[in-house]
Amino acid sequence: MKWLEELGANIIELVAQMGRMTVFLLRCICNLLIPPYNLSHIMQQIHFIGAASVFVIIFTGAFTGMVLGLQGYYSLSQFGSEAALGSAVGLSLIRELGPVLTALMVTGRAGSAICAEIGIMRNSEQIDALECMAIDPFRYLMVPKFLAGIICLPLLTSIFDVVGILGGFVVGVNLLGVNEGSYFHGMYKSVVWKDIYMGLVKSLCFGILIIWICASKGFFLHLEKSGGFGAEGVSRATTSAVVLSSVSILVWDYLITSMML
Amino acid sequence: MIIRLEGVEKSFGTQKVLNGIDLSIPEGRTTVIVGASGQGKSVLIKHMLGLLRADCGRVLVNGLDIAAMNKKQLKETRTKFGVLFQGAALFDSITVFDNVALPLRERTHMTKIQIRKKVLEKLSLLDLDGVDQKYPAQLSGGMKKRVGLARALVLEPRIVFLDEPTTGLDVKRSQEIYRLFHRTQAQFGYTAVIVSHDAPKIFKLADYIALIADKKIQGCLSPEDFQLSDNPYIKAFVEETMGSIYISGTDRS
Ligand SMILES: Nc1ncnc2c1ncn2[C@@H]1O[C@H](COP(=O)(O)OP(=O)(O)OP(=O)(O)O)[C@@H](O)[C@H]1O
Ligand SMILES: [Mg+2]
Repeated sequence: MKWLEELGANIIELVAQMGRMTVFLLRCICNLLIPPYNLSHIMQQIHFIGAASVFVIIFTGAFTGMVLGLQGYYSLSQFGSEAALGSAVGLSLIRELGPVLTALMVTGRAGSAICAEIGIMRNSEQIDALECMAIDPFRYLMVPKFLAGIICLPLLTSIFDVVGILGGFVVGVNLLGVNEGSYFHGMYKSVVWKDIYMGLVKSLCFGILIIWICASKGFFLHLEKSGGFGAEGVSRATTSAVVLSSVSILVWDYLITSMML
Repeated sequence: MIIRLEGVEKSFGTQKVLNGIDLSIPEGRTTVIVGASGQGKSVLIKHMLGLLRADCGRVLVNGLDIAAMNKKQLKETRTKFGVLFQGAALFDSITVFDNVALPLRERTHMTKIQIRKKVLEKLSLLDLDGVDQKYPAQLSGGMKKRVGLARALVLEPRIVFLDEPTTGLDVKRSQEIYRLFHRTQAQFGYTAVIVSHDAPKIFKLADYIALIADKKIQGCLSPEDFQLSDNPYIKAFVEETMGSIYISGTDRS
């Protein structure tokens, strides 16, 4: 009977966690819709989540594009259709890889940091102190992060796409000798507005998802069942935030794709 | 009575920390909560702040149950609070100046220059000149306490909650801080709830003293009555803290 008890406790914990995370998201969205906004905090977060991630995004974007060029070339050349390389690289980047890989990189770089930051604030009573000063932690801490996520993810994704397409171009055209005109012409013909739109919607959703999961994991650190105590508690929460948000990104990606196709 | 606790009980897991706390905090007076370490003083304060919810019983602030308040009422109530946590709870990624300025920036419409003037004034009142650009991690324990105090007092609150404001300070500084409380309270007439281990010195400042022992408030009395109380816990506490004076007094009789 012990396992039944444990199972029950785990399910209750899971439901409770889902409940408080949903309430968290709703409160964030409510606060998000009501001005005024603190511009300097938002700029700070945009710098942290967005500007500071640009280098990583360019790097991963370039190599993703290059590897796509390489793989695409060898697959396509078997059917003698190297000319379709541009559209293959463009479509897969814009629709799938750009949004997903950008979101995964931002999770690793900024999401973990957000979770740790909020978690430490929770642990050292700083969030309690905010509440006692009648400063809403959602408004003060979460709104700038959410806004920055919403603004930055689509922009970073666009950078990723552009750099990736150029990476594919370098490998496909300069190294493997695909015709330059056909690379871009194929892309012009096959990529339509709906593809770009889908990529941007995805990245927007991922932006919210990352901040939501990472921030709420830190915010509810003290309610963790395994005990959110001290440095180890923060590190455990950070790990689980990164894992959870990476997995959710992939699941959401599938859901959005199936809805929008 | 600005704050009233009625039959407050609180357990953490299986450990009962508060078991039927009844306490009234009168408006405009200083109430000092004393008691041995680990008796639940900080937990008691967190109930008054609405940070912890009682398992049983009520916490009334201005006649309203703090657990039943809606967000707006709670915010309204807390705008009157000034709080110093036992661990100071400074925001550790911003400077001392920004820590003290934060409530002014977020809660008032003061201009930058006004804020700067006010923050520096409060800091120098607590003998913290020249540290405004440091980060909390670069301060000593006692300095952190004083920054926390400056932050708690900067908005001129109506009710101040101070959890061990002078722990970790040298004798001279703690005297100065007590003098500061005395002066500011006479000036602003705020209500103060102070947790302190600084008996008997704190008795001079207190209008009422409440002893928490055995999970209950053993009495909330004026300093004179407190020293003469028959309650065995209070008697023991007075004997321990005021030792020689008390014993020599009884010896003579
Ligand atoms: N969040 C918590 N979870 C579990 N137990 C707690 C928690 N907070 C406090 N306690 C327990 O409650 C009891 C009272 O703690 P509290 O911090 O109120 O003591 P205190 O009277 O303020 O002591 P001190 O004078 O040393 O600050 C302690 O036994 C502590 O272990
Ligand atoms: Mg304490």
